[in-house]
Amino acid sequence: MTAVMQEAGAPFGAALPSGGPAIVTEGLTKRFRGGQVAVDALDLTVPRGSVFGFLGPNGSGKTTTIRMLLGLVAPTSGEYSVLGLPQAQALPRVGALVEGPAFYPYLSGTANLARFDAADPTAARGTAGRRIAEALERVGLSAAAGKRYRNYSLGMRQRLAIAAALLGPRELLILDEPTNGLDPQGTREVRALVKEIAADGTTVFVSSHLLAEVEQMCTHAAIMRAGRLVAQGTIASLSAGLVARVRVETPDAADAARVLGTLGLADVRPGDGDVTAELGGHAPERINAALVGEGVAVRGLAVVRPSLEDVFVGLTGEGFDVDG
Amino acid sequence: MSTAEKADTRAATGDPEAGTDAARRTPGLVPVAETMRTTERHPPEPSGAVPAGAGRPWAFWRLLGSELGLTFRRPRNLVMLAVLGAVPVIIGIALRVVASDGQMGGMIQDVAGNSLMLTFVSFSFLVLLLMPVAVSVVAGDSIAGEAGAGTLRYLLAAPAGRTRLLLVKYLNAVVFAYAVTAVVALSALLTGLILFPAGPVTLLSGTTVSVADGLLRILITVGYVGAAMAALAAIALALSTFTEVSIGAIAATLVLVIVCQVLRAIPELGSITPYLLPTRFTNFDAVLRSPIDTGALREGLLAFGAYIVLFGSIAWARFSGKDITS
Repeated sequence: MTAVMQEAGAPFGAALPSGGPAIVTEGLTKRFRGGQVAVDALDLTVPRGSVFGFLGPNGSGKTTTIRMLLGLVAPTSGEYSVLGLPQAQALPRVGALVEGPAFYPYLSGTANLARFDAADPTAARGTAGRRIAEALERVGLSAAAGKRYRNYSLGMRQRLAIAAALLGPRELLILDEPTNGLDPQGTREVRALVKEIAADGTTVFVSSHLLAEVEQMCTHAAIMRAGRLVAQGTIASLSAGLVARVRVETPDAADAARVLGTLGLADVRPGDGDVTAELGGHAPERINAALVGEGVAVRGLAVVRPSLEDVFVGLTGEGFDVDG
Repeated sequence: MSTAEKADTRAATGDPEAGTDAARRTPGLVPVAETMRTTERHPPEPSGAVPAGAGRPWAFWRLLGSELGLTFRRPRNLVMLAVLGAVPVIIGIALRVVASDGQMGGMIQDVAGNSLMLTFVSFSFLVLLLMPVAVSVVAGDSIAGEAGAGTLRYLLAAPAGRTRLLLVKYLNAVVFAYAVTAVVALSALLTGLILFPAGPVTLLSGTTVSVADGLLRILITVGYVGAAMAALAAIALALSTFTEVSIGAIAATLVLVIVCQVLRAIPELGSITPYLLPTRFTNFDAVLRSPIDTGALREGLLAFGAYIVLFGSIAWARFSGKDITS
């Protein structure tokens, strides 16, 4: 993959790897004819080489944004730039999976990929066979290459869509909900694939409504809610505003709360059978020792790191409802 | 979309800088990305490399080949071709049976008397409805079918380019229209040669021409009827860009054809019939005059051209600015 990219991108070799952001949008807005605002003044910057998680509940404008980036939907106002190039030049360098797989049911996996490869004016017919075989190999579909798409399972269809996105040397991969419909094994494979692709230097822009998934895969993230961008940045910077808490499971909640208070922990909240407090700079093992020393029966002690879900709740005051 | 589309079409003409310029000039958009584009524009490519965005020289034909491959491998389309090929055989057998009864009418006599006449009879039967059905199915499905299946978004993201894709879809429909016409002609010719005597052809005007002349006239008929079907395909294509349900575009085209036939049958509306497309479909009988009534053919072809330009423009205007949300 790396070799292919260098070969095809040779004329730009010097400029590309350190180039500007892979995606920039400024005030990007889409108002559909019904008056519904799907995307509202979106200012997004996706750095080159990042694995960028685009988060939000279903219906928060993620797919509409992706459709605008791919030139499928015209923005009502605002500007965007993909790879810093005019659209027709950028798109051949972008692999995309948009809102689930869509193929010709009566064609085989190989024939379907050949069809989409033929639609790319920069793709060479001579290398199509090899590139298609490689893409199928990469997503583990080689054995089913000759089978009709009609007979593919949901997971195989999703993989074929990812294979289509990998047909050429890509500088940017836009994956809209890539793990939809995949079993846990398939989900792990997609995650591994994304990491592998990113290691080659390809920027990966992955939308998801699964916070945990983004946390595991991504270096950066943006959070959307009702068409608006709520936050964006590195995963670390997003959760920087939130602090880790310590949670003590104990029948003596009141005593434990007192001990935590004397240790200097902030925001001690005694509950029914447990106590939580901000961890601050304290070492968990010392907290445990202090509790045991004071005769508090400790049944469990855990440090709760803030998750992206906490970030989301903290930013929006709402739960991250998967069903949106 | 205006930015993207301009970039798309301009770049397709082989001008790599045009897209950026078009983006800057687009009114109504804040050119916030300009600084970025200016500072980070890639250095000019060394000559010999394939210019990004301009595409490879054979890319258009590769996409057309892919399109034709889909059309002519699809069982539905092959069945339609087979049915259309069977109709002249059925007509031929029926006429042979009737002719052997000895009760000869004008048309039956013409056909029974010469093998080549079956082609013209077959066309006059098929050109009003069955051939339009076949052509409407392929052309009406062209954009709507891809939109309904969701494959349109992947074709455009590839990026096929909207104008390029529309052109490929139309050329594909035209090739299919001529395939339909050729299948009818060949089937009728073969059936005629098997069932009826070959020899000099007696035309409608009473003159008799040689077999070679007759074959030439069949060839002209194929060219004319194919053009008629190509004009119908332009209408179906235009309707296809307005929907994601291909059966809608197909049905709408056929309803138009049928409404036109009904309007033609009303004598009081005689003044509008020359403008209705199906009026021109049957004008191929001009080749059965001696000499060939080139005026009628020319008028018909001009009408087809006008329909192709009009509905091609409608299709392009609609498709180039459409939000693809399927």
